[in-house]
Amino acid sequence: MSLSPEQIRQVAQLARLELNPEQVEPYARQLSNILEMVDRLSSVDTANVSPMAHPLDMVQRLRPDTISETDRRDDYQAIAPETQDGLYLVPKVIE
Amino acid sequence: MHTQTIAQLAAGLREKKFSSRELTQHFLKRIDAHDGALNSYVTITAERALKQADAADAVIAAGNAGLLTGIPIGQKDIFCTQGVRTACGSKMLDTFIAPYDATIVEKLDAAGMVMLGKLNMDEFAMGSSNETSFYGPVCNPWDKTRVPGGSSGGSVACVAAGLAPVATATDTGGSIRQPAALTNLTGIKPTYGRVSRYGMIAFASSLDQAGVVARSAEDAAQVLQAMSGFDPKDSTSVERPVDDLVSGLNTSIRGLTIGLPKEYFADGMSAGVRERIEQAIATLTKLGANFKEISLPNSPLSVPTYYVVAPAEASSNLARFDGVRYGHRAEGAKSLEELYKRSRGEGFGAEVQRRIMIGTYVLSHGYYDAYYLQAQKVRRLIYDDFKRAFADGIDLVLSPTATDVAFKFGENSDDPVAMYLNDIYTIAANLAGIPAMSLPCGFVDGLPTGFQLMGNFFAEARMLNVAHQYQQATDFHTKWPTEYAS
Repeated sequence: MSLSPEQIRQVAQLARLELNPEQVEPYARQLSNILEMVDRLSSVDTANVSPMAHPLDMVQRLRPDTISETDRRDDYQAIAPETQDGLYLVPKVIE
Repeated sequence: MHTQTIAQLAAGLREKKFSSRELTQHFLKRIDAHDGALNSYVTITAERALKQADAADAVIAAGNAGLLTGIPIGQKDIFCTQGVRTACGSKMLDTFIAPYDATIVEKLDAAGMVMLGKLNMDEFAMGSSNETSFYGPVCNPWDKTRVPGGSSGGSVACVAAGLAPVATATDTGGSIRQPAALTNLTGIKPTYGRVSRYGMIAFASSLDQAGVVARSAEDAAQVLQAMSGFDPKDSTSVERPVDDLVSGLNTSIRGLTIGLPKEYFADGMSAGVRERIEQAIATLTKLGANFKEISLPNSPLSVPTYYVVAPAEASSNLARFDGVRYGHRAEGAKSLEELYKRSRGEGFGAEVQRRIMIGTYVLSHGYYDAYYLQAQKVRRLIYDDFKRAFADGIDLVLSPTATDVAFKFGENSDDPVAMYLNDIYTIAANLAGIPAMSLPCGFVDGLPTGFQLMGNFFAEARMLNVAHQYQQATDFHTKWPTEYAS
């Protein structure tokens, strides 16, 4: 399996990554090599094998629905790049 | 003072030979003198450390000291530390001051340990050489032209050079064990779920586990003991009492059965490493262990399985870095999408971008079944191999940790696949979720080598016992790189 520069641009778009144009070709080559290494998996017979998402057999724990956290909005917003009146600022989304 | 074990330092503090403040100042001075060349610390927290040391001295004076009270430690910069920059080796988090402490930071603080600073690492823990850090590579104290291994490169370099008595580290595919082997240290990755991941910046959540790098199994056991335990803040934390990791260290290992997986002893390791491993097997045999050849037939599939599962999880985890709530934000973006793309394009380095793209690709429509689902199925086969071996009466599994001694800077950095093959012996334990450790087994051309022990779920105490017994019979782990011994 090899990836073309065009496919790299598509994947980067899906991942919301802006690439420098000169990175696209080396990424295509490197990711193709990685996929070639990974392709070894395709020949393994896994017909009756259930996928393993996690090493431990566990279920999601639930806790009582009570307030356990204090309001620390100011602390969390202090590390944000841009805020105003307790809101996070982003470029205009709707005209 | 920097050559003493934790038990010796604790005795020195108790007997008032030195105070925690003096001990802390000793390490801060060493960092000042040596770390310019090694680059193991990215942030030194001297003021915070001296405050903690004074508090520890008060506890010691009051006669309430525990074993770790007043002992300095370095924290890998992947653990959130309230009020202290937590950068995770990335430009993305270069200005990130964590608003809370990781659970293990809280636990080690509560045990009275003194944090000296935050340790360099591969960016978001993605790397095997510490060459992907935004803060530059870390040098191996045994040979500064060589890598210390990764991703916990800062953790091992600072302990190996005596710039901290012990350090925390994390391991997603070998990031504790491979660097420990390359720097003559003892490093342990416990069972998945044994140590809380709360406040540990996520790379691949089903594989990530925190642990310790130390200069002996005894030191490692003492610190791991304090880090372990159930944490309601981590949904994958295991609700099970923590075994006593220390009291059984002196138990005899006579009658223990250790498996030697033939797949791990095929080609791959250097002749020098093979000779050192065979010597270690001979030593353990003398101590009464029995060895048995076993087969873990799917282990050659570990690296390809990992490089689907880990990037898939990473691409999801790293989606949170959006330039909006915290972390790097690109200047002058005209739209929200441009803000995301440019912030992430500028904030992430090349290796992180590669893994995000691989992960995005294997999870994308049309490829999910062929790659991600298939990898999860092969992961089950790898796990079943270990389950079978342990059910067949094998207590522990022994293998090499790394294929060779530390390599030189730049040797593998242009070829991701060659770099990934560094973790060929360590990845399976993460996929299976079992505990594993590396310990020193001698030198090849003056450079350290290590061997790996893997155990059944929650077999940390037994593994540390075997490691301690081995270290009572050998002196490799007591050797220092000449420049840093005095």
